[in-house]
Amino acid sequence: MFLGRLEDIAGMGELAVNPGPLEHVLAALDPALAVELLGERVRMALNGALLGDGGGVVLTEGDELAFLPPVSGG
Amino acid sequence: MNSPSCRQSAGAEVAEVRLLGESFSAAEELAAFTAAHPEAGGIVSFLGQVRAEGGPGAVEALELKHYAAMTLPGMEALAAGTSARWSLDGLLIIHRHGLMYPGDPIVLVAAAARHRRDAFAAADFAMDHLKSQSWFWKREKTAAGWRWIEPRADDHRDLARW
Repeated sequence: MFLGRLEDIAGMGELAVNPGPLEHVLAALDPALAVELLGERVRMALNGALLGDGGGVVLTEGDELAFLPPVSGG
Repeated sequence: MNSPSCRQSAGAEVAEVRLLGESFSAAEELAAFTAAHPEAGGIVSFLGQVRAEGGPGAVEALELKHYAAMTLPGMEALAAGTSARWSLDGLLIIHRHGLMYPGDPIVLVAAAARHRRDAFAAADFAMDHLKSQSWFWKREKTAAGWRWIEPRADDHRDLARW
């Protein structure tokens, strides 16, 4: 899932990817998009729970990984 | 309230939290909330709406994006935290997502309490956290087109008050 401005950068709100380690998933993306997703201020959430960092994350079938840019207030 | 765009929180008895995809009447919501809490001595409410401005930089439309897996659960956690921190008879949090236009309501927070200080503080606390910590992403449309809005330093300063 690409939230906020990341949706515009990705050109889509969500993308189905093959299960596997996060590094493999990111490596299969457009490098320019991957750089944005790994930006310092972008957080990640796996199935609705925030991740400390992406280290060691392995996606399994049915998992939902979200990239969350800074929130902008209501 | 069973429409797909309108889910009511379960569990918390004091708090009612809704994330709406369509407009709402702040006056009607507040009237219902007030009627539901006759025991409260004071009710404090805050309504945030889309600013209507003139000039070339005027906002023509505003869109708030949310993330279903996190936005409403986060609002419910905030409501529970607010209810736990102050002595409240009731707490109402309604927040829009989707496309809005100048004059449309965005957020309504109302806190009912036996004493006014609790109600003021709870509404203020809930608003500061909604603005700076809830999972919403905002873009605005002006004559120049759509633009994503970045967090303001003020929002973080507001949080530091608590």
